[in-house]
Amino acid sequence: MSGGDALFWHRLQFAFTLVYHYLFPQLTMGLALLIAVMKTMGLRPGGDAWNDAARFWIRIFGLNFAMGVVTGIPMEFQFGTNWARFASYAGPVVGHTLAMEGLFAFFLESSFLSLLLFGEERLGRKGHYAVAIALWIGSWLSGYFIIATNSFMQHPAGHEVGSDGALHLARFGEFLLNPWAIAAYAHNMIAAVVTGSFVVAAVGAYYTLAGRHQGAAARFLRVGVVSGLVASLLVAFPTGDRQAKLVARYQPVALAAMEGRFESGPRAGIAVIGQPNVPARRLDNAIHIPWALSFLAYGTFESEVQGLDAFPESSWPDNIELLYYAFHVMVGLGTIFIALMGAATLFAWRGRLVTTRPLLWALMLAFPFPYIANTAGWMTAELGRQPWVVYELLRTADASSPEVTSGTALFTLIGFCGLYLALGLLFVALVGREIAHGPHD
Amino acid sequence: MIEIWFAIVALMLTAYVVLDGFDLGAGALHFVAGRDGEERGRILAAIGPYWDGNEVCLLVAGGTLLVAFPKALAAGLSGFYFAIFLVLWTLILRGISIEFRNHVAAPLWRSFWDVVFSAASAALAVLLGAALGNLVRGVPIDERGWFSLALFTDWTARNPVGILDWYTVATGLFALVALTTHGAAFLAWKCDGELQSRARRVATRGFPVVAVAWVLVTAATRLASPDFFAPLRSRPVAWLGGVLAMVGLTIAAVASRRARDTRAFLGSCAFLVGLMAATAALFYPDVLRSSIDPSQSLTVMSAANDRPGLAIALTWWCVGASLAVGYFVLVFRLHAKRGQLPKL
Repeated sequence: MSGGDALFWHRLQFAFTLVYHYLFPQLTMGLALLIAVMKTMGLRPGGDAWNDAARFWIRIFGLNFAMGVVTGIPMEFQFGTNWARFASYAGPVVGHTLAMEGLFAFFLESSFLSLLLFGEERLGRKGHYAVAIALWIGSWLSGYFIIATNSFMQHPAGHEVGSDGALHLARFGEFLLNPWAIAAYAHNMIAAVVTGSFVVAAVGAYYTLAGRHQGAAARFLRVGVVSGLVASLLVAFPTGDRQAKLVARYQPVALAAMEGRFESGPRAGIAVIGQPNVPARRLDNAIHIPWALSFLAYGTFESEVQGLDAFPESSWPDNIELLYYAFHVMVGLGTIFIALMGAATLFAWRGRLVTTRPLLWALMLAFPFPYIANTAGWMTAELGRQPWVVYELLRTADASSPEVTSGTALFTLIGFCGLYLALGLLFVALVGREIAHGPHD
Repeated sequence: MIEIWFAIVALMLTAYVVLDGFDLGAGALHFVAGRDGEERGRILAAIGPYWDGNEVCLLVAGGTLLVAFPKALAAGLSGFYFAIFLVLWTLILRGISIEFRNHVAAPLWRSFWDVVFSAASAALAVLLGAALGNLVRGVPIDERGWFSLALFTDWTARNPVGILDWYTVATGLFALVALTTHGAAFLAWKCDGELQSRARRVATRGFPVVAVAWVLVTAATRLASPDFFAPLRSRPVAWLGGVLAMVGLTIAAVASRRARDTRAFLGSCAFLVGLMAATAALFYPDVLRSSIDPSQSLTVMSAANDRPGLAIALTWWCVGASLAVGYFVLVFRLHAKRGQLPKL
């Protein structure tokens, strides 16, 4: 990983631009569903207040959507600029889903976005409702095509390797409906709803604490807390559980690294805390829940769970420490989300949420954590896939562009850092303005 | 099958040039046509419903190239590394300026984003024209199928070439002139009042300039890439494209003079379509032309995905493209009337 190593800068640039990009689509996709819910409530007689609530979130949605679009454009092109050997090798397969995303999702979203933002008066209540639904479908379709692309990299399906070593798409249905993609999609989309719910609830909690926009605040809290609890539960079970079982089955070496498990054996425990000490091949200061891993991964307490010792070192993920922490941060935060939203739902049900200030403070300050959990989840998936870019077909080291030097890659990485820092500050300032301005004109 | 995919890629790029061309051109004219913040707001409102969808054409063109000619996309994007990131960063700044400007009413804020928007639009028109110039001139693809280009070398169109040389700068400027005029025709069609008459004036003066620039850039192509016109005799599509471009430009020039704005804009569209069709027809069967040795060029044969994969892609492509055309028709109809533009 020296400075002269172009591969390192390619990886860092892709990781940075991708992590930054995904801060926006997760809110877009979560909010798109919640806006659709608010617009549905707004269709009922006397639903005007819900329409006002939706209008407020649509303004924030617009800003967030724009950031997602502009930071998404480089992702599509970096497959070619930085990962040319990947594009050349896997393009015949993943090109299908990447092009389909543009054709089926982006055109839909871009056609209806300005109608969602500016068309409420002209379209009327039902027309505007239909546009909100179209945006929801578009953003969730887009998510599927990306997850399907990524799932081919995690668990290739529907392909064939020709006699010349070239990759071909043999069975389109198997590729598009990859079981990994369906599990990852469910997990990921619900995680996006967690982000959306926490953001909506946080703004509701802020207005309640500040004593402003009480009516709107109550609605935000109601939507945010109820969907927050449902989504936090579903993201853990069944979707997270299903995802982990797939990792156990198809990427056992990744599971061992995620758990910091160096030795194989039955009755495997789950490490609640502990620091992986890779040179010494052990988990320092570990506290385990005994037998839990065997049960969660394979369904019985007696099941044998392989440790890293069962695999050749050349197939180990190359950043075991980061993978371990990413996974544990995700799982830990996910558990806290259930507790927080569970408590909030209980208090709301008894009508005491708006007067329970500590809980409102917690809800207001909790909104960054789903972003961290989503990011950690993706880091778990992508670090666990290493050292492969397409699992067991193409190594990451063989995927970068042959003609791009480390200096060139570093230059563009620095450029992205500067540009994204400026955009991020402006975005935060503008969203802050919208929230300070509030839901009424 | 492979010919169909070459046509589809060319079609997507043409759609991008014609569609995003008008909003890039309108952006380049931002300060010429719009004299104050309010008028500039109306220019943004005029392109507001369209620009995002237009830009998607570029993304879909990229995706289409990846699935149809993966080797060409890989070699092209990595070889043009610097230029691609210049385009990406400019696209980011432009997109964000349109969205951010609208959220704060302060004049200073709006002036700032107006400048970013206009400069980025003009820069993109030049960069896209230069990109096309690079493809026509050829790039130093080696025997392994890869290449890498410096941003500039000695500004001659001979090896070792850079991304920018006299020829590609010339094609870039030609694109700027052509798309600015195209944008003016669009604004004359969509806007009213002072803004409309100013845009119409730019269009009326612009079309003859485009004609002269077209002749010059054609002559420059003869110099920079002497063999480019060699297959002209055997390519009827190139002839038809050339004729369509000439007719379109004439109609646009005459109609613009007579204040027939719809016809002028459509004429300008026909000009760009004809130009792109003729270029693509002359380019075939190359996807990425080697300036070192023509036998090292990436062609539709050597760069293509396998046939079963292309057949599958054609199926979903037809479905997706029909849907996309449907959305475009819907959006253009919903925003058809002047004076019904959203407020920005």
